[in-house]
Amino acid sequence: MTKGKLDWQMDEHQNGKAPLSLQNVHVSYATRRGKVQAVRNVTLDLHAGESLALIGESGSGKTTLGLAIVRLLPETAQISPGVILYRRDGREVDILKLDRNEMREFRWRDCAMVFQAALNAFNPVLKIWAQAWDTAKAHGWHDKEAVRRRLVELLEFVQLDPKRVIDAYPHELSGGMRQRVLLALSLLLNPQVLILDEPTTALDIITQRTIIKLLRKLKEDQGFTMIFISHDLAIAAELADRVATMYAGRIVELGASEDIFYRPRHPYTLGLIRAVPTVTGGFEQLFSIPGSPPDLIDLPSGCKFHPRCAFATDRCKLEEPELEEVGPGHTAACWHWRAVEEELQRNPLHRGVLSVLQAISFNAEEEAVS
Amino acid sequence: MDIIRGPLRWLGTTLKLMTYNKAGFIGFLVTLAILLMALVGPFFVPLDTKTKLDKIYQPPSTEHWFGTDHQGRDIFSQIVHGGKDVIYVAAVAAFLSTFIAVTFGTLSAFAGGAVDSVIMGFTDIILTIPQFPLLAVLAAFIKLDNLTLLGVFLGLLSWPALLRAVRSQALSLKERDFVEAARALDLGAGHIIFRELVPNMMTYIVISFTLAMTAAVYTQVGLVLLGLVPVSSSNWGVMISLAWTQGAIFFRDAMWRIMMPILAIAVFQLSVITMTRSLELAFNPRLRTMA
Amino acid sequence: MAPILEVRNLTKKFGKGKETVTAVDSVSFAIEPGETVCLVGESGCGKSTTGRMVAGLLEPTSGEVLFEGKNIKELDSAGFRRYRQSVQIIHQDPYASLNPTQTVRQILTAPLLRHNKVKNRAGAEARALELLEVVDLTPARDMIDKYPHQLSGGQRQRVAVARALTVEPKFIVADEAVSMVDVSIRVSILTMLARLKEQFHVTFLFITHDLALAKYFAWTGRITVMYLGRIVEDGPTQRLITDPRHPYTQALLSAVPEADPELAHRKRQIELREAEIPSLLNLPSGCTFHPRCPYFVPGECDQRVPPLEPLDVGGRVACPVRKHEHVPLLV
Repeated sequence: MTKGKLDWQMDEHQNGKAPLSLQNVHVSYATRRGKVQAVRNVTLDLHAGESLALIGESGSGKTTLGLAIVRLLPETAQISPGVILYRRDGREVDILKLDRNEMREFRWRDCAMVFQAALNAFNPVLKIWAQAWDTAKAHGWHDKEAVRRRLVELLEFVQLDPKRVIDAYPHELSGGMRQRVLLALSLLLNPQVLILDEPTTALDIITQRTIIKLLRKLKEDQGFTMIFISHDLAIAAELADRVATMYAGRIVELGASEDIFYRPRHPYTLGLIRAVPTVTGGFEQLFSIPGSPPDLIDLPSGCKFHPRCAFATDRCKLEEPELEEVGPGHTAACWHWRAVEEELQRNPLHRGVLSVLQAISFNAEEEAVS
Repeated sequence: MDIIRGPLRWLGTTLKLMTYNKAGFIGFLVTLAILLMALVGPFFVPLDTKTKLDKIYQPPSTEHWFGTDHQGRDIFSQIVHGGKDVIYVAAVAAFLSTFIAVTFGTLSAFAGGAVDSVIMGFTDIILTIPQFPLLAVLAAFIKLDNLTLLGVFLGLLSWPALLRAVRSQALSLKERDFVEAARALDLGAGHIIFRELVPNMMTYIVISFTLAMTAAVYTQVGLVLLGLVPVSSSNWGVMISLAWTQGAIFFRDAMWRIMMPILAIAVFQLSVITMTRSLELAFNPRLRTMA
Repeated sequence: MAPILEVRNLTKKFGKGKETVTAVDSVSFAIEPGETVCLVGESGCGKSTTGRMVAGLLEPTSGEVLFEGKNIKELDSAGFRRYRQSVQIIHQDPYASLNPTQTVRQILTAPLLRHNKVKNRAGAEARALELLEVVDLTPARDMIDKYPHQLSGGQRQRVAVARALTVEPKFIVADEAVSMVDVSIRVSILTMLARLKEQFHVTFLFITHDLALAKYFAWTGRITVMYLGRIVEDGPTQRLITDPRHPYTQALLSAVPEADPELAHRKRQIELREAEIPSLLNLPSGCTFHPRCPYFVPGECDQRVPPLEPLDVGGRVACPVRKHEHVPLLV
């Protein structure tokens, strides 16, 4: 309970190693039809204090990967091969080797998962206070007063009125309030890493904004290390320092948020960006990605994106590309990333404030003329 | 050719899905075996009616698989012959009660308003009547010696609980978007009930049918046991009833005589109930089309 | 041109006595043939209820729906059935809007046969194949015998559109029609809907919570913004997006997360006085936005319901206090 964010950040400086390292992680599910390859060969370092967004469509493996880190996968899932290293205070553990008790400790004290704020994320018959108290007790924290103080502090932090919320049942709260309570509860034992699964999905727009502001505060003021899992590119743009695009269980592109949004090098990332409108700015023609996400039991050969890819050649059908460096701190798994770069020079993305402002003024002129 | 291939494929898929649950499939096989025994068995196993005083109350042996009764007659042959009537009555009752429940339950949910109120009011009245005592009283006035009539009576009294369940299922299905789409397309009440609602309740209906059957078996055996239904032919219920009235429970020697029909009923009921696990899979539209 | 659809003072209340919820409160608007109108708002604003009343699936508590100039309440039964078929609805959830026990063939041929759109089964099949081509579900022959769960979310939504087209509608209510479809596929469905608009002269009422999608789909059309059962603002899309006048529209636009990191950090942050949306069971007096509105004027906003007044820049707004103020959304 005493380790603050500073200790944490020092860790990385001291030994130069990331707090969370995924090495060659595979996750599969056994089903009647065959083996579902949900996550394949993911290698990733999560730096201290950074926020990383995992984006992708349904079936891309983003949620499975998040659940694998806290080992909350269903029993039919198998994580192997793979190593998930977690480092704290110069100590290093392989999460996949922890026993049941150690895992429970890890799950709240070191790494907390915040689920989508559906009602089923709560025990419906327990008041918020009881949920917090149960969690604290389960982790050997028996000082009722202290737990209550901590909870009140956290509820205030997430901008809820503790008096109103602490003795409420989950169903008495709105979706946005529930999401904030979940966030507060996940912070109860002061974890170092937060994994947020679709933190704003299914919430109203104005509520989404409240949550986004809160998460920014958590990131900027408290220096939390966070992983966002979302299908929504906007969440990545709003909150992430780095973005990883996932497709068919693999990370296909990884880079700083600006690199991903303005200089994507993987055709899938480019496709996603071209498919999503922004509300501010002029009209931009959008394009969807042809075809459907692949069947995870019967994956295509070679690059898994090739059946939907405009840049695909025969090589893509045969060989699956590995992530390669396409810029500083920016990797993409595509044989033709240079072609994507050229395509963007021919047809630039109308992104960034300048191009948006131009579009708006252009429209205004056009209207004035007509 | 297609006329044969269609149903054959349907059967194949059903069987394949039923194997997905092992216990359920075993239940299905045992049910099938008992049905075969009860329907076809009598042609191969003659009913033993000869009194053999030297063979009274024998335990099971290679000669008499289930032992012999108080007159030295073979119990196995009686079991083989005694299943048909019990199953027939139960099937008539289950069919009738399921039919009433599905038709009126769906109608009640779909029509709503006054129709719903009337149907539900009537259902509640029937539901409050204790079924077994009523049957017992009825048996005193009407001679229920006709098997079909007995089945009809059982069926006429056992639908209300199922109707309520079907209605609530239909009510929730009615709110589904695909039913709303059917309304927007003006496809008519018949289409909505029989094409949209009922197929989505199939699993439920099939399982309800089997459960109604087991319930009818018990009620029927109960009535026979109390001697309220003067069914003349030998059946499992009558076998227990006779053994009971002749005090079979007081002799250890007579154990086989009373145990065997009880066992036959228990195994039949158990296998039918276990089979529902497989039926649940077989009638799941999702699994069905994946297979 | 005469509007194809008009609603006047449309109101819908649910429940009885103290538990009465006014889901839609005196909503009036008109849609011309060929126009694309988006109904936008957060959950509970009454947009879907309005859509269902427009499609004749829900009876209004009061107010009128006029289709092609005729009050639908005054139609005889044949007339009502014609209207019923002329207005189709496409639901949000492609997993719930198709019957899981029917194949695509059954789903499409049932309405064709029922309404004698075709002569016989063979004709129905041919027409069903044609419609599958129209909604880009190709090869149609491979699709027609599939069950809904064998299709992806986007493909199911296409089947739902094809099903609506079987009865040759003039007006389609698309209720959050793409919000449950994967991001990469949404646009292709919108593009297809836009094509239908031209190809079959269908007029769309597009209901969504996603302002960015509304902007894209109705760029040359109009957007109507609803809040707690009432229309607070409407107008041509391009004006409404760049120069919103109602404080709620402004709050909504500024709150939309943007898929562009620079924009995301440069948008104006509008602080509401109250983050939580009021309960429909206990609506605020006067303007229902007043407890949250940053421009709240005591004695004015909480006293009377602001009328929807025409704006000089196009459209209508229900805020006498702020109707002339331009608020730039980027800072």
